[in-house]
Amino acid sequence: MTRKPASPVVSVQNLSVLFADGSNDASSPGGFHALGPVTFSVCPREFVCVLGPSGSGKSTLLRALAGLVPPTSGEITFSGGERPRIGFVFQQANLMPWRSVLENITLPLEIENQPVHIARQHALELVELVGLQGFEHSLPRDLSGGMAQRVALARALVHDPDILLLDEPFGSLDALTRERMWTELSRIWQVRQKTVIMVTHSISEALFLADRVLVLTARPGRVKMDLKVDLPRPREDEMRYTLHFGRLARRLKEAIE
Amino acid sequence: MDLHLTQKIAILPVPRPTRLPSLVPLLVLFLAIAGWELFARFAGLPAFILPSPTQVAERFGRALMSGNLLYHTAITLLQILLGLLSGVLAALMLGYAIAKSRLFEQVVSPFLVASQAIPIVAIAPLLVIWFGPGMFSKVLICALIVFFPVLVNTVVGLRAVPRSLYELMRSLRASRWQMLRLLEIPAALPVFLGGLRIGATLSVIGAVVGELVGADRGLGFLINVGRGQYDTALVFVAVITLIVLALGLYGLVILLENRLLAWQKQ
Repeated sequence: MTRKPASPVVSVQNLSVLFADGSNDASSPGGFHALGPVTFSVCPREFVCVLGPSGSGKSTLLRALAGLVPPTSGEITFSGGERPRIGFVFQQANLMPWRSVLENITLPLEIENQPVHIARQHALELVELVGLQGFEHSLPRDLSGGMAQRVALARALVHDPDILLLDEPFGSLDALTRERMWTELSRIWQVRQKTVIMVTHSISEALFLADRVLVLTARPGRVKMDLKVDLPRPREDEMRYTLHFGRLARRLKEAIE
Repeated sequence: MDLHLTQKIAILPVPRPTRLPSLVPLLVLFLAIAGWELFARFAGLPAFILPSPTQVAERFGRALMSGNLLYHTAITLLQILLGLLSGVLAALMLGYAIAKSRLFEQVVSPFLVASQAIPIVAIAPLLVIWFGPGMFSKVLICALIVFFPVLVNTVVGLRAVPRSLYELMRSLRASRWQMLRLLEIPAALPVFLGGLRIGATLSVIGAVVGELVGADRGLGFLINVGRGQYDTALVFVAVITLIVLALGLYGLVILLENRLLAWQKQ
């Protein structure tokens, strides 16, 4: 993939977030400083991983991008305008237990008031993309962790969002399933051509998936390193045992510590 | 003690579901009625103290044929339904406000809890004095009885909506109304229906209490008439009709649960 320089999908300027103690609203000063200030921007179709020690505000950064946490200072600008379409995948699949797989996937389209048949059609395309054919009418309680996370991914993509935000989406899966999901996500990202920001604490995950890795420092998180991952695509399992992969992994590891 | 029980349960084989259990209650019911019949016949009690099941059945037939029973049942049922509906609506609106606003909860909840210390049955005469012996006082008593359990369950149900699903909806820029329709209502529904189940049974009590205190129509009135005329069989007829009404309402809520909460059932 060759990438021409393009205007960024999102640019973050001196963003910082302070929490009042124990609460999630940033209104009272003197709370603890969770994030920033951080400055970076993300280009169209770029896959960016955010890596950092726990408590570095990675999740806070993502939640601020999604509009779930108000920035205390600084700015987030989306090229798509004031109200960008967000696809968010949480650590847990976070499905609605009363909705079938298909109905969970159509949710974002229902919120956009799309006609039912169109929502269904888009959802069916995504069911196929994430490989869940035959489970359209299953309920979330009948799905394995990996399958549930595929549904969550399909739901995050169905309304063709401006940006896909992934918050340690595979953290709750077992190691084998997680690695299978990397390949899947990589494939889906190439098919759908989305701009992705993914938070992770796994160096291999970041290197396997990302074009760029941002490393945050410990609290309050700041960008400590902005590493370009120049590994060829499509990436395969084998690549993880190459010398270059190892070199990049070591640089990230050193930056985190 | 507890440990002992669980051990026993663990050892016992799980009984396979058969058709037998559904027959057992019917058999017990039949035996009870047969026992009652025998007792009433041979104990030598006059019918105004304990009528036999056959006498009750005969009285039931007469009341039915004259159209009296249907008329009074319809009145009571109408009061129950109106009371249930208004009690549930009030509980839903107040419950939503309480679940959404801590301030509102702090202002309102002491009064709500205190109001539960007032035995509705005891103030029923007051309500009849204030609002007359007509239908309105019955509907009001019924609504008051239904209100609290439905309110509590509405608040608990709404409070139990997972935070993470709220965040999902917010990330999708859902409107207030979409939040309610797509998330809060379906998520709170199981707990709410639990409250409705209690409310439905209580609503029958509410309407009858109102009628017993003062009315010229309804099954409670029929009980008063039967008592006054030493027509005890008629009292039985009214009581049994009330039981059927209560069971019917309960069954309707169960039916509703089975339809709406199919996703919860195994």
